[in-house]
Amino acid sequence: MIPGPQTSYRRLRDEAERRRRQWTESTLPQIHIGMATCGIAAGAQETRAAFEEALAQLGVAARIHAVGCCGHCYAEPVVIIDHPESGFPPIFYPEVNAGKARMLAKLFLKEGDPRLEHILGATVANEMIPAVMEFPRFSLERRLVMERCGRIDPEDIYDGIAEGGYSALADALQRQPEDLIAEISRSGLRGRGGAGFATGRKWALAAGAAGAEKYVICNADEGDPGAYMDRTLLESDPHRILEGMIICAHAVGASRGIIYVRAEYPLAVRILTRAIEKCRELGLLGRGVLGAALDFDIEVFQGSGAFVCGEETALIRSIEGFRGMPFHRPPYPVESGLNGKPTLINNVKTLANVPVILQNGAEAFRAVGSERSPGTAIFSVVGSVVHPGLVEVPMGTSLRTLIFDICGGIPKKKKFKAVQIGGPSGGYLSEAHLDTPIDFDSLAQAGAMMGSGGMVVMDEDACLVDVSRYFLDFTQKESCGKCTFCRIGTRHLLAILERLTQGQGREGDLELLQQLSEDVKNGSLCGLGKTAPNPVLTSLRYFHDDYEAHVKEKRCPGKMCRPLIAYYIDLEKCARGCNACEGCCPVDAVFITPDRKRGIDLSKCVKCGECLVACPPQYDAVRRVSPPHLAPVVERPPEEKKEAQS
Amino acid sequence: MASFDLSENRQLTTEEIAALDDLKVKLDSMGRERGKLIPMLQLIQETMTYLAPEAIRIVSEHLEISASEVYGVATFYNQFRFNPPGRHPVKVCLGTACHVKGGEIILENFERKLQIKDGQTTPDREFSIDRVACVGCCALAPVAIVGESLYGKMQPSKVEGIVLRVQIEKEQQQREKRQHDSRPPD
Repeated sequence: MIPGPQTSYRRLRDEAERRRRQWTESTLPQIHIGMATCGIAAGAQETRAAFEEALAQLGVAARIHAVGCCGHCYAEPVVIIDHPESGFPPIFYPEVNAGKARMLAKLFLKEGDPRLEHILGATVANEMIPAVMEFPRFSLERRLVMERCGRIDPEDIYDGIAEGGYSALADALQRQPEDLIAEISRSGLRGRGGAGFATGRKWALAAGAAGAEKYVICNADEGDPGAYMDRTLLESDPHRILEGMIICAHAVGASRGIIYVRAEYPLAVRILTRAIEKCRELGLLGRGVLGAALDFDIEVFQGSGAFVCGEETALIRSIEGFRGMPFHRPPYPVESGLNGKPTLINNVKTLANVPVILQNGAEAFRAVGSERSPGTAIFSVVGSVVHPGLVEVPMGTSLRTLIFDICGGIPKKKKFKAVQIGGPSGGYLSEAHLDTPIDFDSLAQAGAMMGSGGMVVMDEDACLVDVSRYFLDFTQKESCGKCTFCRIGTRHLLAILERLTQGQGREGDLELLQQLSEDVKNGSLCGLGKTAPNPVLTSLRYFHDDYEAHVKEKRCPGKMCRPLIAYYIDLEKCARGCNACEGCCPVDAVFITPDRKRGIDLSKCVKCGECLVACPPQYDAVRRVSPPHLAPVVERPPEEKKEAQS
Repeated sequence: MASFDLSENRQLTTEEIAALDDLKVKLDSMGRERGKLIPMLQLIQETMTYLAPEAIRIVSEHLEISASEVYGVATFYNQFRFNPPGRHPVKVCLGTACHVKGGEIILENFERKLQIKDGQTTPDREFSIDRVACVGCCALAPVAIVGESLYGKMQPSKVEGIVLRVQIEKEQQQREKRQHDSRPPD
């Protein structure tokens, strides 16, 4: 007799726990290093090599455990050292470069001194060291989906299983598909891709669609510049997504699964491919999943980098081998999608929520978050904040809590100006919205949208006209060209914005922007064109003064638009003999005045701002002004001129 | 998107010719379904670093679709390039966070230093410059990738140093090679 899902699962779990005990029961020190793309970018490979080398030299035995990303990007490379014999609890070390790694290997692992000046905190409550859980960056978060991120080795399936991976699947396989769909519907889960469609309803439609062969597609085409939560999930805990997909296949009766992931995420592709192979080996994929009557397999399709392919109909065309151009709905993909078969497309985070719901029940899920948007939301908070990174908070948390309490507010005592939510499809919110709860409906009401969850915080030095130009430049390039308003309308929007940032704005430009934005919204078929004008519309609405200054005074209040600014050196403050600005100028625009101070040759200056950064704080002599004619002209002395030419 | 220039009559290297021969065998193992077009193009780019016109022709014959259809798909996606990248490809991130922190200034500095525009390769094929939309480490913005190394918190003045370092490393390798070559055989 074939063992049932629970028995098969029990066997895997026993093996996983046996492997885990090897480490938990020994007193061998463990070094957990965050090795997702962000960690590697910050130098985690070098850190790991340094630990290995130092341990070998010192003759200290320790286990190096490569884990995923814990979301604390500001602290990368992150290392957690668990050294039971030292008597200290596991300790979280931020910014461990190779040198620090060698130092910790010698002083902590060999000699037992944890070097308290380098720690962030302990990872568990104890009486010696403050635990990180007491810091707002940790305590205000609520990790449901990212629970295992940064704790398990994503390439070792048993590590995931020991932490409860695939247990929801074993339960789900014993339940009726209708029952599962009902539970998901009851949980109130809404699609995390941005639009917030009820997941339970989508599943029910897919389950009810006619056709023997059905597909489940996981949409991991995270093209939004500035958002990387999907990548982190795939790289740090691929099993949660695979588990969600298999449960989904059982619920809707699908036989084939495809994960559409960007080719720009090579590490995520590799980790996913390996996780899928391992699942096949252990009977979690393939014929008779865990001994139940479910035949399901998953393959990885690498998306080639087209923003529009995040739109589900374009994504389907792309998998079929065509240009990713959206087609008209209805028929919806759940009725007729990939190769004309019923196709259910869910975002990575939506699927990752499924095991969470089934494990704890729909009611427990509803208890987190707000009434109409239950559960948690994951944001990548970047830009001008002290502690950027990934944050998972209950829906309904206010922007103020997120930006000021969790992420530490704005650095360098600058003032908050705006937060951009949802990338090129989203909008800006101003200080007046800081108490807005973050959920699908409140954000939509304010003119932004949840989007994929990218959040860029901007301080007083940001120019929203310029950032809007940046987004339009992006959407205009990424428009597939099918709809006239999206193809040509975004081009004209961009042309107007470029005009404004170059100081050539005309009377009536702002009205034209407004009108054209609304036309592009109305005249486009898919989400790309319908949302592309959002950055323009929201900035016009909340930051109208910025636009007015560009048009009427040719002035950039944030001093970001380079044609509208100039740098000069305040000769009252400049010190004789200091050479900081001249040394760093990439174009030799800094010259020496007759009294051995420095001046800027405005005809050569490229306005990169290096001199402003380089000028020592005790002099603070470099000034940036807008409009440019405010800068006093200091002539380059003739002999200097000759020298510069030679 | 990578610049798309067929007029340039490029000589294929011997490795590239060998890769093309190899390609036919690999394509046969992938079948003739239209849905395999993008994975095939990805395979070519992985082995040849770019999509040479000869490779496009082979794919179009294999799938029995016109070469223009293949180009149509390939040019739609940002991943594909039609000229070989430099030995040290420079990728400047222009994601939102990098833009806000001055990524464009970094790009301009590379362009000025190497005297090429984004999407181009230096005549000696040492460097190429591309803009990329978000490499996913926004906390380190602005970011540039040169070859295999990622440089976070970039500054315009760092550009010169990075280019210089690559050139010095190259000269050093050449010197070592010359010394190695001139050494009498054991």
